[in-house]
Amino acid sequence: MRSSDLYTRKFHVSEFLAEKLIAATAFLSFAVIILIFVFVFREALPIFSSSEPATHDEAVQEEVETYGEEALGEASQLRAAEEKERRAGSIEHVEGNASLRNLLSTDWQPVSGEPKFGLLPLIVGSLKVSLIAILLAAPLAILAALYTSTFAPKRVKEILKPAIEILAGFPSVVIGFFALIVLATFVQDLFGTMYRLNAFVGGVALSLAVIPIVYTIAEDAIAAVPKSMTEASLALGATSWQTALFVTLPAATPGIFAAVLLGVGRAFGETMIVLMATGNAALMTFNVTDPVRTMSATIGAEMAEVVFGDTHYNVLFLIGSILFIFTFTLNAVAEFYIRRRLLRKFRGG
Amino acid sequence: MRPIIHFLTLSIVAAATMVAQEVITVKGSDTMVLLAQRWAEVYMSKHQDVTIQVTGGGSGTGISALINGTTDICNSSRPMKTSEKQKLKQRFNSLGVEIKAAKDGLSVYVNEANPVKELTIEQVRKIYLGEITNWKQVGGDEARIILYSRENNSGTYVYFKDNILEGKDYAPNTQSLPGTAAVVNAVSKDKNGIGYGGAAYGRGIRELALKADESSMAYPPTAENVRSGAYPMTRFLYMYVRTRPTGSAKAYIDWILSDEGQSVVQSIGYFPLR
Amino acid sequence: MRNAPWLGTLTVVGSGAAALTIILLVVVVMANILIGGWDTLSWEFLSAAPTEGMTAGGVFPAIVGTFLRVILMSIVGVPIGAITAIYLSEYASQRSIFARFIRFAVNTLAGVPAIVFGLFGLGFFIQFVGGGMDRAFGDGVELRWAQPNLLWASLTMALMTLPVVIVSVEEAMRNVPRELREASLALGASRWQTVYKVVLPNSITGLLTGGVLAVSRGAGEVAPILFTGAAYFLPHLPNSLSDQFMELGYHIYVMSTQSPDVEATMGIQYATTLVLLLLTFSLNFAAVYLRYRMRKRAIA
Repeated sequence: MRSSDLYTRKFHVSEFLAEKLIAATAFLSFAVIILIFVFVFREALPIFSSSEPATHDEAVQEEVETYGEEALGEASQLRAAEEKERRAGSIEHVEGNASLRNLLSTDWQPVSGEPKFGLLPLIVGSLKVSLIAILLAAPLAILAALYTSTFAPKRVKEILKPAIEILAGFPSVVIGFFALIVLATFVQDLFGTMYRLNAFVGGVALSLAVIPIVYTIAEDAIAAVPKSMTEASLALGATSWQTALFVTLPAATPGIFAAVLLGVGRAFGETMIVLMATGNAALMTFNVTDPVRTMSATIGAEMAEVVFGDTHYNVLFLIGSILFIFTFTLNAVAEFYIRRRLLRKFRGG
Repeated sequence: MRPIIHFLTLSIVAAATMVAQEVITVKGSDTMVLLAQRWAEVYMSKHQDVTIQVTGGGSGTGISALINGTTDICNSSRPMKTSEKQKLKQRFNSLGVEIKAAKDGLSVYVNEANPVKELTIEQVRKIYLGEITNWKQVGGDEARIILYSRENNSGTYVYFKDNILEGKDYAPNTQSLPGTAAVVNAVSKDKNGIGYGGAAYGRGIRELALKADESSMAYPPTAENVRSGAYPMTRFLYMYVRTRPTGSAKAYIDWILSDEGQSVVQSIGYFPLR
Repeated sequence: MRNAPWLGTLTVVGSGAAALTIILLVVVVMANILIGGWDTLSWEFLSAAPTEGMTAGGVFPAIVGTFLRVILMSIVGVPIGAITAIYLSEYASQRSIFARFIRFAVNTLAGVPAIVFGLFGLGFFIQFVGGGMDRAFGDGVELRWAQPNLLWASLTMALMTLPVVIVSVEEAMRNVPRELREASLALGASRWQTVYKVVLPNSITGLLTGGVLAVSRGAGEVAPILFTGAAYFLPHLPNSLSDQFMELGYHIYVMSTQSPDVEATMGIQYATTLVLLLLTFSLNFAAVYLRYRMRKRAIA
């Protein structure tokens, strides 16, 4: 029974108002999710509605007014003339169109005479880095969680828990900095990779951010396994490791799965680490030692300077929408499916 | 906490007393923010009645601010785009006024262990377009060339693309890094790397001498060569205003273009206009 | 195989090794940053502004910016988070669909990538709210609010750290013994009186913990402020909500990727990182300590 069930008797207007006010504030969290959904999508929407790319012929014709040209030295004047000629000849910045075919191409060249907004290399990049991160982080974190909750002597537990807390407290920009300055060199010296900044370095750095999440949730899941189950196993003569391996771990599997899903979500959305450590080349390869450009890093790197309302701007919001949908889905799956299964399993329902 | 409150009150008081002063706001390019800051400092020390507020944020941010009316002067390391001029025209019925404020020599750097000492512009272009992929092809060791570039939001990226790559796209395996420092750092740690950007002082890299074409001489990016125009990869740093400058803004801009203003340029690592 | 002793050894040794690896990773990163930054860290570094083209001087403006931002963020985020927690813990019945929606929303909010919050801040706060404010109060030409600034960055951050506050406060309220509520109600107090006079004072540590954890998370996060307010270099400290600001995490990012001279600023980069780490650590440590006290009291 919950504490809220205690309150059932009195009714006052002020009480009623207080309750409504509190409920309204609580509703804010829900509203924010809706607002994020609406506003991130809203800015991405013009991609799907605009048909013709805007052209700016008339403005190109007009001469730019200058001031203070007389201050230029002789060499500068020459250079200025050259530049003017080049500018007149070049096809100026084109907004580009983000047709479906363009979006599904394999080139990401958003600033170009003919902008290419191919999202595929970015999606592959995000998946590649997340996969590396989770493959490294999940086994480490799950095993460590198993260790703390079953075998670890109290002393070790007292070191490991704060260590995880510290790791969780590392700002991602600090991990990115470490990866950029130290880890990248270390990995290149160790494996002799051609590229210093690559998907693998990014993945390793990212795993530092993922470990605390997976560890915390996995440990919760393991701790939630009813004592009756483990004690029954021990009473039947199983050793502690047999219990851990064949009773606790299988019972906690749904929770651990949820932990891994949320870990993937974190890896997929993390920005600063990948922005600093992966080399940011939009390559469509599956080689782990190639540099890689992820969706989140693309937004982080390009958004600040883009012309508002431009196609490029809309495409960046589209990438944000994809990120949002992906992490939202992961969360929903972890939330509804896994938790419910977990409960049913333990309640025997 | 208290120092902050203290500070806030102080700044509010300061802001209130400043109202009587002329305020010129300058916003834009991060490449130029330190230069603009130095200009403002020197100018303000001589003209007590003028306050100049300088903020960075990037060329794009500065131009947006100019379009939006939140800044008087915009610094930009690239010329304004047509779409931006159009927006300015829509709001203020003016295409903006361009002021060339200083020169910047862009360098191409390689690792100091790399035997290559000079390249032609043509070779640089082919390297970045992915047509030359091995150092052996330009007189170096047998090794794959690792390309480093700036992010596509930077003025430097656009300049390099328009002027060196003739508007073509960079090779897809070009790694984009968020700043000159990141490029210098990457090249200094990558013996097969090549990068470009503003003048850099980092250890472990060498700035290449460049040739305009096969027959011309190779010039290193020294102050003398940039000033004389012999070094082929230089660009202007721009300031933009909405309409032909008048009043205190004109006085400030004229001062920047004067000998005194231009002498500040060199102390920051850029090059004067003459 | 279920009886094979080697499997037992493998399990214990393997999981122990995993635990050890994590500890080692933490130690290596910590040691590297501590050693790299220690020499540069000084009182002057903390109290001076960057000088000589950001190749010398300190990080004072970035510290001020970080503080201003987390304070603003807490002023908005902590009350909202606390009230939501009150609702979830004291008002909502578990079967209520509304409460389930909110709980789901809180969990989802916790999983939304930081960069998406940044986009949201840009699309909603800056363009929509800020743009609306400018249209309502301004002259229609000059933009004051529809641009990145301290206020929007703080609000974006407040929304991002909301789940941290909610979870922490709710846990604290759960730990308030049921008997206290019963006693209060038996004495004739209403529900709101019980919440306000009994539950809330008894979960004040939880509230503090939540606030501190949110601040720690918020202080270190850079992605949402990349385009909602952080600036590369400002000669003045911010003096209004519509000013941009410098920030420690962002400073690390720009110094390590955009400073004019990497070698010369290596010490500054490390020291800035160290300052940020020390800041988040002391906050985290405070949270851990508060929670420890809270749990001890709950047991007692």
